[in-house]
Amino acid sequence: MITQITRQIKKRPEKWLTKIGRKISAFMIYTGRICILLYETVKWMFIPPAVKKKHLYSQMEKVGVNSLPIVFMTALFTGMVLALQGAYQMQKIDATAYIANLVSLSMLRELGPVLTALVVAGRIGASITAELGTMKVTEQIDALETLATNPVKYLIVPRFTAILIMLPLLTIYSDIIGIMGGYIVGIFKLGIGSRLYLNMTFDPLVLKDFFTGVAKSICFAVLIGIISCYQGFATEGGAEGVGRATTFSVVLSFIMIIAADCVFTALFFFAF
Amino acid sequence: MIEIIDIHKTFQGKKVLNGVNLTIKTGETMVIIGRSGCGKSVMLKHIIGLNKPDSGKIIIDKEDITNMQERQLRHLRMRFGMLFQNAALFDSLDVAGNVAFSLFEHTDLDSKIILKKVKNCLSLVGLEGVENSMPSQLSGGMRKRVGLARAICIDPQIVLYDEPTTGLDPIMADAINELIKDLQEKLKITSIAVTHDMTSAYKIADRIAMLYEGKIIEIGTPHEIKNTTNPIVKQFITGAAQGPITHNKTLVLEEN
Repeated sequence: MITQITRQIKKRPEKWLTKIGRKISAFMIYTGRICILLYETVKWMFIPPAVKKKHLYSQMEKVGVNSLPIVFMTALFTGMVLALQGAYQMQKIDATAYIANLVSLSMLRELGPVLTALVVAGRIGASITAELGTMKVTEQIDALETLATNPVKYLIVPRFTAILIMLPLLTIYSDIIGIMGGYIVGIFKLGIGSRLYLNMTFDPLVLKDFFTGVAKSICFAVLIGIISCYQGFATEGGAEGVGRATTFSVVLSFIMIIAADCVFTALFFFAF
Repeated sequence: MIEIIDIHKTFQGKKVLNGVNLTIKTGETMVIIGRSGCGKSVMLKHIIGLNKPDSGKIIIDKEDITNMQERQLRHLRMRFGMLFQNAALFDSLDVAGNVAFSLFEHTDLDSKIILKKVKNCLSLVGLEGVENSMPSQLSGGMRKRVGLARAICIDPQIVLYDEPTTGLDPIMADAINELIKDLQEKLKITSIAVTHDMTSAYKIADRIAMLYEGKIIEIGTPHEIKNTTNPIVKQFITGAAQGPITHNKTLVLEEN
């Protein structure tokens, strides 16, 4: 297979260069358009009149309040699994008390922000893309413009702001629930004393651990918000197009969250 | 007055508008006819500034809208109302919310006054008691009527109709035509409708223009269009399967 491709490249190098060029160009155009939409969104956030509270609260409810059960389940089970997996190793060196620290640090710095972002991207990002995409293909966005209303201001700003506010809050909630999951396993399964577990949870933590996670979640919120809204606005081709846009939005958000997490972790590791 | 001067527009390499020239007088109803996919809706979207032409000008009451900033365009759109092909009602809002959208967004009117205005607009289009219904609960004809009520709620000077009767049964289609005529007589607005429904075109138009291969090939009163000698227009208005549109396109165009 590889030999075949190499042979084809040698035979028609210009064709392959054109293909690569087109891909790079398409990627640059896509990135550029997302950046323009982000700029427009931030600009409209500060242009009066302010977004109607009713719209913002409704979006905050969808993003935040309605995500509480799924974030609860995800964080609780993650905390429990972390404690159990930690115990598998720690019991060998008779250091089970350190599980508490392992759970809290992992939740605060890494799993809390990443898992919550993935849950919100899957639940809210998909819903935003599908909703805006349907509005696009049924000409509702055009209708908004004909009614002298800017679609970015009316549709994107409330959703983007809601994610920006609610994702860090959900992350903090997830951190707490995850630590609680670890606590349940530590106390009831591994037999660690409650006071010892809590001391081992909070004593080694520094403020930086907390803010690292929150900073990550703000970055993830920007990514989820802008990717899902952009994909919604760029939807074409009826119901099939909406499905395609939604899938692409979720997949891209997932990849970008993991990639951004890698960059942030490296940055915090080397810079701070 | 609306002047469309030498408008060209290409989408993904396909020339949709190829030098459209058209003048619509204040207060008249202009109907643009043409085959599906010939660029009628694109033309309508150019008039309201949703699409920008590649070249050419659109002048509305001596103002060129093609180079307008977004803020100016938004201001201009307050003078427009538009009925979309599938009504394009906002799914998340009820009928009253849809009709009153502009009033809630762009005025400081008291909600009681807005509601009164909504009821007034809905009764103009023959709908009553549906203020709290959601768009999904309405039939196609009712959705079109609500779309029309939304279009006229801000007292526009120009109303654009995109396929106002498509997808409706003949009785409902005629009701919509009557409605458009009534509104025209009562509100004295400039109306531009695009359609391929000739019954509707004859009924509502003061003048009819035919768009074919990106150009306006004929303009005239309904009577003139009915008695046209242009073979392309003739084939279209009679709905004949055989003729210059479906055969020998280039030859016929050259003859014109």
